[in-house]
Amino acid sequence: MRLEPVADPGLVRLIGLPALALAGMVGVASVLAMLAGANPFAVLGLIVQGAAGSKFAALETLNRATPLIFTGLAVAVAFRAKLWNIGAEAQLYAGALMTVLIGTQLGLPGTLALPLMAGAAILTGGLVLLGPVLLKVRLGVDEVVTTLLFNFIMLLFVSMLLEGPLKDPMGMGWPKSEALPRDARLPRIVDGLRLHWGFGLALISAVLVWVIQVRTTLGYEIRAVGQNPQAARFAGIPVGRVMVKTALLSGGLAAMAGFSEVAGLKGSLTLDLSPGFGYTGIVVAMLALLHPLGVVVSAIFVAGVFVGANSMSRAAEVPTYIADISVATALLFMVLAILLTRFRVVRG
Amino acid sequence: MEIFDILLSASFWAAVLRIASPLILATMGELICERAGVLNLGIEGIMVFGAFAGWMAVYAGLGLWPGVLVAFAAGAMFGLVHATLTVPFGLSQHVVGLGITLLATSSAYYAYRLALPQVTSPPRITPFQPLEIPVLSDIPFLGPALFSQTPLTYLAFASVAVVALVLFRTPLGLALRAAGENPSAVEAQGLSVTAIRMGAVMVGSGLMAVGGAFLTMSAFDSFFFEMVNGRGWICIALVVFGAWMPGKALLGAVLFAAFDALQIRMQQTPLGAEIPYQVFLMVPYVLSILALVLMSRRAEVPAALMVPYNRGER
Repeated sequence: MRLEPVADPGLVRLIGLPALALAGMVGVASVLAMLAGANPFAVLGLIVQGAAGSKFAALETLNRATPLIFTGLAVAVAFRAKLWNIGAEAQLYAGALMTVLIGTQLGLPGTLALPLMAGAAILTGGLVLLGPVLLKVRLGVDEVVTTLLFNFIMLLFVSMLLEGPLKDPMGMGWPKSEALPRDARLPRIVDGLRLHWGFGLALISAVLVWVIQVRTTLGYEIRAVGQNPQAARFAGIPVGRVMVKTALLSGGLAAMAGFSEVAGLKGSLTLDLSPGFGYTGIVVAMLALLHPLGVVVSAIFVAGVFVGANSMSRAAEVPTYIADISVATALLFMVLAILLTRFRVVRG
Repeated sequence: MEIFDILLSASFWAAVLRIASPLILATMGELICERAGVLNLGIEGIMVFGAFAGWMAVYAGLGLWPGVLVAFAAGAMFGLVHATLTVPFGLSQHVVGLGITLLATSSAYYAYRLALPQVTSPPRITPFQPLEIPVLSDIPFLGPALFSQTPLTYLAFASVAVVALVLFRTPLGLALRAAGENPSAVEAQGLSVTAIRMGAVMVGSGLMAVGGAFLTMSAFDSFFFEMVNGRGWICIALVVFGAWMPGKALLGAVLFAAFDALQIRMQQTPLGAEIPYQVFLMVPYVLSILALVLMSRRAEVPAALMVPYNRGER
């Protein structure tokens, strides 16, 4: 077989194929439900209901989407520049760490503490990614492996601090940091509704990233470097410096996920703060075709799958991992579908 | 010095080979893929699935060797999915590889929960037992260190020899390496780059899965979540460290395992007890990054690694 460019893909192709990819995901989920001996329609119904069937469920989904928007943006920004940042998990924890450090150790009033926590988180997250990126730019060390390995190192580092200097003396022996004081937490967007301002910040970040991409020189340079680094260098774009800026932006965004989870939702730092938000961010970014506004939509979708599956598994005898499999297949189907909007398969 | 006592004990070197075995198998798997021009980031998930599949097969009543075959076949299946998407369709090897890791990992966990819904601690199997090689295992020091291992460890070392032989001494190996260096030359010989690359990814993924299966069928006797714990990523670093050469990669894996075995033993010394255990656990990951940095200038990367091949396009 051979791939042949499609000169003028029609609307059917542009919308039909991605829709087919999502249908494929639903198909896989149905088969998985049947393997578990459950009625697939009932299971799918329970997932949708658990994700969006009530005000409580919908807000839960938006809360879950918040860190995914941040990590999805982090990945989208980096992948645009062909900077393979697989370390959003580490950057998230770096942000969470700075958040609790400043929030619990300095004793500042909330109005001062919150911006300082966010700023320090962003900076630290950026610095965490800067290491692998400098290794790539200076020495040509592949950043995929270094960022991946950094995730494990960071988690162990956090574990060390949580069992050592940061351990909450009132934590009954659990490795857990002290809780942030009340006034150093992100308030709820609407009183009485369980949705914190982290979600608002995530939306603002998405718009900001979009503006950076379409309205600024940096956005143009990132795209140029991502499409062809040699050509970009030839055109006088300082490729190394663009990579560094991209790293700071991407790492900072991932760290915001840690800040918002700690300051908005959990109030303290534990080792299970993130059930792989950094990795899921890759799926979120790819489903959004690396578009910052698309990231918001795909993060809510992916969050819905996870929240829905969680609530479903309490009612039906189907393991929650059905969500992880569905999301992974959605990713693979979607990248294939997007390719096939631009190319058709011909024999020979 | 305690460190010398450790290094001079046969049990230490026996442990080194045991720790190295899964890394060797999976590193050989990744090396085959990359030599053919495909970066396989599915390795971490494929190892998880191999660990699950081999163990589950034995738990369900199969023998140990058929269990290893099941793991290999399961790995090859994920390899087929990876290869189909990255070779004929030429999709991003980064994205597809990570997707395969997510898919394989969650599939293993899902299947585990389906098969064993209400267990709190996973059931055990009777794993591979040490196979003492006659005569050789009686040699003082070397015998207990090298020749009283489980069969899968011997298999791991044999796989290095086989991979090296096939890669550098057979027409198939030549074609495979050419597919990773200069695919249009392969096509000019009338061979199919697509077929070679897909075959390499399938066999390589099978080996990765056997590497994972070592954990549940030889090192331990049951399946735990997160038991692979980044070993796949370490293997990718080992391929780079070994400059895409089987022998050097083996050396890297053994060296790495020696450091790992050493840090485990250092934890139990009086000095080690003063240091938080997390510092010791970080050592393998830090070492992998250091290895990458050290080798960054010297390694000869296969020229067509991560470059999709499209026939008729130049």
